Amino acid sequence: MLSRDWRAGELHVLTLALVIAVGGMTTVGFFSDRVQLALSQESNQLLGADLLIISDHPLSAHYVDEATRVGLKISSVTKFHSMISNGDDNMLADIKAVTAGYPLRGKLHLAINMAQILSPEKTQVADSIPERGVVWVDEKLMIRLGLKQGDMVDIGATQLTVAALIMREPDYSVGFMAVHPRVLINAADLPATGLIQQGSRIKYHLMLAGEVDAIEKYREWVLPQLLHGQQLEGIRDARPEIKSALERAEKFLSLAALASVVLAAAAIALAVRRFTQRHLDGCAVMRSMGARQSTLLSLYLYYFIAMGIMASILGCLFGFGAQEFLTYWLSGLVEAGLPWPSWLPAIHGMLVGMVLLLGFALPPLLNLRSVPALRVLRRDIGLPNAQSLSAYALGTIVLSLLFLWKANDVRLGFYIISGFIAAVMIFGLFGFFLVKLLSGMRHQTGGAWRYGLASIQRRSISSLVQTIALGLGIMALLVLSLIRDDLVREWQGSLPPDVPNQFLVNIQADQLLLLEDFFNQYNIEQPPVFPMVRGRLIQINDKVISAETFSNPHAEQLVRREFNMSWANDLPHDNKIVAGEWWENEDTDKAVISIEEGVAKTLGIRLGDQLHYDVAGSTLTATVTSMRKVDWDTFQVNFFVVTPPRLLENYPVSYITSFHMQPSQNHIMHELVRTFPNFLVIDVAIVIEQVQAMIAQVSKAIEFVFLFTLLAGFAVLYAAIVSTQDERIYEAAIFRTLGAKKKQLTRAWAAEFAILGGLAGIFAAAGASILGFVIGHYALNLDYTFNPWIWLTGFLTGVIGVTIAGLIGTRSTLSTPPLLTLRKVS
Amino acid sequence: MVQNIKQPILRVNSIRKQVNTGEIQLTILQNINLVVNAGEAVAIVGASGSGKSTLLGLLAGLDIPTEGKVYLDGVDIFSLDEDDRAVLRGKVLGFVFQSFQLLPALTAIENVMLPLELLGIRNAEATSKQLLMRVGLEKRLKHYPKQLSGGEQQRVAIARAFATDPKLLLADEPTGNLDSVTGTQIIELMFELNREHGTTLVLVTHDEAISKRCSRQIRLASGQIVQAPEQAFLERAQGAAN
Ligand SMILES: Nc1ncnc2c1ncn2[C@@H]1O[C@H](COP(=O)(O)OP(=O)(O)O)[C@@H](O)[C@H]1O
Ligand SMILES: [Mg+2]
Repeated sequence: MLSRDWRAGELHVLTLALVIAVGGMTTVGFFSDRVQLALSQESNQLLGADLLIISDHPLSAHYVDEATRVGLKISSVTKFHSMISNGDDNMLADIKAVTAGYPLRGKLHLAINMAQILSPEKTQVADSIPERGVVWVDEKLMIRLGLKQGDMVDIGATQLTVAALIMREPDYSVGFMAVHPRVLINAADLPATGLIQQGSRIKYHLMLAGEVDAIEKYREWVLPQLLHGQQLEGIRDARPEIKSALERAEKFLSLAALASVVLAAAAIALAVRRFTQRHLDGCAVMRSMGARQSTLLSLYLYYFIAMGIMASILGCLFGFGAQEFLTYWLSGLVEAGLPWPSWLPAIHGMLVGMVLLLGFALPPLLNLRSVPALRVLRRDIGLPNAQSLSAYALGTIVLSLLFLWKANDVRLGFYIISGFIAAVMIFGLFGFFLVKLLSGMRHQTGGAWRYGLASIQRRSISSLVQTIALGLGIMALLVLSLIRDDLVREWQGSLPPDVPNQFLVNIQADQLLLLEDFFNQYNIEQPPVFPMVRGRLIQINDKVISAETFSNPHAEQLVRREFNMSWANDLPHDNKIVAGEWWENEDTDKAVISIEEGVAKTLGIRLGDQLHYDVAGSTLTATVTSMRKVDWDTFQVNFFVVTPPRLLENYPVSYITSFHMQPSQNHIMHELVRTFPNFLVIDVAIVIEQVQAMIAQVSKAIEFVFLFTLLAGFAVLYAAIVSTQDERIYEAAIFRTLGAKKKQLTRAWAAEFAILGGLAGIFAAAGASILGFVIGHYALNLDYTFNPWIWLTGFLTGVIGVTIAGLIGTRSTLSTPPLLTLRKVS
Repeated sequence: MVQNIKQPILRVNSIRKQVNTGEIQLTILQNINLVVNAGEAVAIVGASGSGKSTLLGLLAGLDIPTEGKVYLDGVDIFSLDEDDRAVLRGKVLGFVFQSFQLLPALTAIENVMLPLELLGIRNAEATSKQLLMRVGLEKRLKHYPKQLSGGEQQRVAIARAFATDPKLLLADEPTGNLDSVTGTQIIELMFELNREHGTTLVLVTHDEAISKRCSRQIRLASGQIVQAPEQAFLERAQGAAN
């Protein structure tokens, strides 16, 4: 029976819908799986590893043993400050003593010929760590100490030879504020320096890299093992802007996958509807010949399960192929090469395919077995309409469950489900009245429009189902494109090409004018300068605190470090007050403080708390009167703690500024360092570059995945058009018999499709406006911009898309000789 | 040369129709030659499966023959493209089917108006109303086919067929799906309208009584015309004279 119906073209639509559904799902699944892996690996380059254990004390060997056991690569880094001297010149530097393998992720770029440092092309990737007895230094140290290749420098008790210049370190961003020149040595030279002694401030890093699963396993194993003074860091912990970009990208990708599921469901519902209608006669005949309901049911069940498995496998293969192509296409972007995807998406795809098929096919099939045998005599007896509509209830429930499962985010899933269910109901209601209203109008129209409207009315239930399905499809696409635009715009907006990439710290008050002159001299726009006072938090209300007070390592770190405090009259433009109030000018005498909400949360600080800071030996006390939300993604200068100007005025103050500098302006930076030797220059150009590259990739990935949702949209379109194909073929035959030209017939159909598409488009625009806002605002934390064009876009997409697709879909209908069709019908 | 005064409305030249059904080639019609003059009423008779419907379809250009030609009102219809053929059909032909073939989306009057509108005729509605009154359905104008009985549907179909005032009416077992009383009424109606409009009629039937009412009978058997020798002679002679 399966093969017979296949030949008769019965299953094409359903199979196609399933293949596209499963294919789309698995493509998105495979792809986002892989891209997420790739992106996190890519971003891990900023860490130099997939995972990092940072400790105040030497790490015990069992950390290494376990890492080796689960198959991770390791490298250890010992970090400390020390004076480095070249003759009489000396300077404090950050020294990293590394073991073989460093860096585990990303690449270390060196200039072997130190004379050519000003041309970045002359760099090469280090293929090992420094040999014993050798030191690699950064540009800052080279300039300050006037180093040349082959010079000997003193580090502690030992002497090392300068062999290369570090141009770019992958783990640059770890310890963002590490402002000293950086030096790399071989860990084997460490004992000879004599610098590793009790009491010296040393950080021990264990770098780990390997398969995602192994890393996760290790992370789970090590977390409970961590001792006081030890912390675990993945890239997400280290760089907030990457974390939020990745999280949003992941949400968007799963959103896109979900959208393709909805579209697939719509396509399947349409296809099954057609299938059952085609089988009404067969069932009636079998019933009249005495077939039992259970016989009919099992017949169709086998049939569908067999087909579901077939189509799902096909879909998985399709998904895998598409994803391979995508990988190939993106591979230029991802330096590391994409990791192999996991099998999970395939299994998910199969499951989703079967669940969707059965969810939407089973109920109509169950109905099919109750076809009255009387239909043999009176063909117009079909299924009660209410029954066929209620059949979608199970499908909807199944779809909802799928959503909650696949969304990975209960809230997001919930919004989408309720959004779609509400949309279906509202579309249905409005559609019903609109179809009635429009059909009433047909006597006022003529020609093509009359036939279009007549067809819509005659197929009113079909028309309604088609409109809803198409409306949902267009809505999903509109929502996705709205959100995608917002997402990409926001990313690009947060890191514009001129985002500050140089920070100057430790500017003294009397240098401010000189710095202004310096900038003028080089025609650089004056960047905003912020005052900065450093203080250590020592008491919250009555409670004296120290690092040991907190169990949260992040809080510990915050307390151990000095806070950078600043003053301001006005709220910085990229800050938002989330609690309390910013001071008015007349308040400026009061001892009040505005604190960043994240820090407040970590340290358990609430509005109204009294904070005591140790600022240069004296105590500063102030009350928290507001909390600010700070957008850390933007690389602007921002402070955890801000006070009114008067409060900090009399404490030792230095200034900080940030500005953008092209790589070609490197010489200006050299000049700046020479002119103001006390400045600390923090160069984040590399970090920004990497973040920008990542965002570009994510944007591109999102575009591509969106393309697949589009494909699923076409499946719906196709299913919708094919669902009335039989009637159309018949219509065509009669029209042609009565002397209709192709053009006349085409016009009548175009009118019908345009009306359906227009309705669907308007519904979609309405739904997308609301759903887009809800998802953007509540699930992705985007500043959603309402887009009035969406109405026009939706309407035109509906009219043009459906009409064109409809006419293409029905073209073959026109070329069948009428006699053949009429013979089949009678 | 003897000039035939009457221009034949339909001329069929050695039609053969073959279809591919999977592996085997099936010849449904072969060696069909036929001339129908204006004003004639011709009955095509033959057993079920003898190829009557296929032939009728070919006469109307609803299907394409494997070989041979059909001249409709002097035009070689298979030299035209699909569209021109449809237009010619709309102007010259009326069609009545065994299973009515009304468009379910349209009301009775809309069904009758359809061929007129396709020709771009203005007062389609008035003409259609008149015709439906003529076939006794003045009360059912706004009803859908579903709401009509078989006999009523066939009346609508007949009204539709006559709407464009065709030169030739093709009817394929118009009573085949009706009981005998209704069938007789329908046939009466058809012959009446045929007379009123001066239409040429080609009627497929296997009802001997109906076929006797036609001026000429053509018998099909296994896809070939079998007929009385004297009629064959006459036809050949006529064909040669043309
Ligand atoms: N498209 C086709 N494919 C296969 N067989 C066909 C096709 N059209 C007609 N036939 C066969 O040709 C024969 C003649 O059919 P038809 O013209 O409908 O006969 P009638 O109308 O005299 O009953 C039948 O045996 C029919 O099965
Ligand atoms: Mg027949």
